[in-house]
Amino acid sequence: MNHWIILPIVLPSLLAPFIVLAARYHIGIQRVLSVAGVLALIVLNLALAWQASDGTITLYQLGDWAAPFGIVVVGDRLSTMMILLTAVLAFFVLLYAIGSGWDQRGRHFHALYQFQLMGIMGAFLAGDLFNLFVFFEVLLIASYGLMIHAGGNARLRAGVQYVLYNLLGSTLFLFALGAIYAQTGTLNMADLAERVQLISADDTVGIRLAAVLLLLVFAIKGAVMPLHFWLPSSYAEAPAPVAALFAIMTKVGAYAIIRVYTMIFPPDLAVTDGLHTSWLLIAALVSLAIGMVGVLAARKLDRVVAFSVIGSMGMVMVAIALFTPAGIAAALYYMVHSTLAAAILFLVVDLTRAGRKDLALTAQPPIAGAALTAGLFFVGAIAMAGLPPLSGFIGKLLVLDASFTSDIAPWVWGTILISSLISVVGFGRAGSVVYWKAKSLAPDPEVAPEADPASPPTALSYAAVGGLIALLVAHTAFAGQVHGYTTTTAAQLFAPEPYKAVVLDTPGKLTRPEDKEKADAYGDDAKDGEDH
Amino acid sequence: MEFLVASAIGILTAAGIYLTLRLRTFPVILGIALLTYAVNVFLFASGRLMTGNPPILRDGVDVYTDPLPQALVLTAIVISFGMTAVVVMIGLGAFLGADDDHVDDPKADDAAAEDRS
Repeated sequence: MNHWIILPIVLPSLLAPFIVLAARYHIGIQRVLSVAGVLALIVLNLALAWQASDGTITLYQLGDWAAPFGIVVVGDRLSTMMILLTAVLAFFVLLYAIGSGWDQRGRHFHALYQFQLMGIMGAFLAGDLFNLFVFFEVLLIASYGLMIHAGGNARLRAGVQYVLYNLLGSTLFLFALGAIYAQTGTLNMADLAERVQLISADDTVGIRLAAVLLLLVFAIKGAVMPLHFWLPSSYAEAPAPVAALFAIMTKVGAYAIIRVYTMIFPPDLAVTDGLHTSWLLIAALVSLAIGMVGVLAARKLDRVVAFSVIGSMGMVMVAIALFTPAGIAAALYYMVHSTLAAAILFLVVDLTRAGRKDLALTAQPPIAGAALTAGLFFVGAIAMAGLPPLSGFIGKLLVLDASFTSDIAPWVWGTILISSLISVVGFGRAGSVVYWKAKSLAPDPEVAPEADPASPPTALSYAAVGGLIALLVAHTAFAGQVHGYTTTTAAQLFAPEPYKAVVLDTPGKLTRPEDKEKADAYGDDAKDGEDH
Repeated sequence: MEFLVASAIGILTAAGIYLTLRLRTFPVILGIALLTYAVNVFLFASGRLMTGNPPILRDGVDVYTDPLPQALVLTAIVISFGMTAVVVMIGLGAFLGADDDHVDDPKADDAAAEDRS
């Protein structure tokens, strides 16, 4: 059995308590450990993604108990791609947190950061729904701590809203799990996929209910209208590096929808026929529109970015809701882009905050390093609004192309194109008021000194943002290769037989009775395999 | 017994939802606590209701109760317990800091006043 696939979860979960226990009062050691941990994760996840790139599905049975009785961790193309994206994003965000000194403004930033990474990695790798729930909780607990890092009244109030909303989501998740277990008697995803097929067509109430409940839970995580209300104030009030890391958390919801609704409840399944495909697309279109109108309507720069995250999640969901291989491939491409673009914008907003009284969209005296910051904002806004030459444009083209065969293609095209225009106007207005009109005001000698409590941004902060932009440029330049990869990933998702076979037929302790003979036949191989 | 358990889940959920729709932190936290109780009982019932049957294999016994929901409930109880403690602490911090325990966003003029101060 290959032990490497469990390491992205184990490594941060060991590093975090070590940071708390051994380096509690030494911010320097904490930083070194945290950066080293994230670098190790990048190398590890790169190797895992390379291993999965030829279609291999890696299975890890905890304690050697066979699925569906034991806990399994599964790495396929989609999972390894997402953990690699998480690790790379985490590295640059961590550099920014160190460069801007955010990690010193409260206690235990690095430990919570590692726990957060553990939860995200676990959610991407979990092979059964209950562990998906458990890892959701792990990442949420860590995110509660990170969300209110450095304190402040507005932040605590937003934190209360965020925690309460997510607690309700967790409760809903448990209801969905209970309903699924009552109907099928299993929570392992591969096993569920087989058993849901066997449910007779006249006894579908329970499983339809469960499918919708589960979709609601993932929609809360992915901030799909009408469940997006938690996002704007949480993301706007969270510390900037935390908000940038949270850019991957909405994608956990998108990932879960892709995983569950391609494998367990695929679109052609008779029992849940058309249940999610008919609703998700409309909700996604509305949330795309709401997000981009929010960009235009928001009165503070951080809210502008938060609403653009809702809009870009709507875009991802539109592509997912098509539930075709082309749609999923476009969604995965756009997901990577939207994660990077959102992170860049949150960090640039923080660079802007450093020299200003507040982030309201009013003309204020010029800030230090305004030209560079404004340039970075310009790049981020182009990416987020989906203008050429950056990858947002390519992603949007792919989504439009994939939706061409949809029944409501005119609506999809209309919403995407008009909302793009609105977001361009919104970003243009925000950027010109904050960065250009500043020149027209003489600096106020009385206000300026006291309005500059934060230290000016350091070179490391700019380097972190620059690194993310370089990634975005690479994502654009190698769009063909990346899209080729996501296309094969989508093909793997729509042919889940190898996944099920690997999860259910790999022998371990307590194999299913009908597999017993197969297991006996494998017996010698398994013994040889243990040495590796 | 089915009727009792089902109505208990229903009443707990209804009361929980009513309380979570209030605007103050304390009723909302109580509401979430009630909802987690409801979901724990619901998870317990998802393995079918039985009385007096063993969950572990034993000689001479034909009917077993499902042990897995009990393990799931245990995990869910621990998580919801920890989460409630966290939200109480954060809510208390927000209340002590702002002298206000409303859950919703402050009104626009309040927010403007906070920004000015």
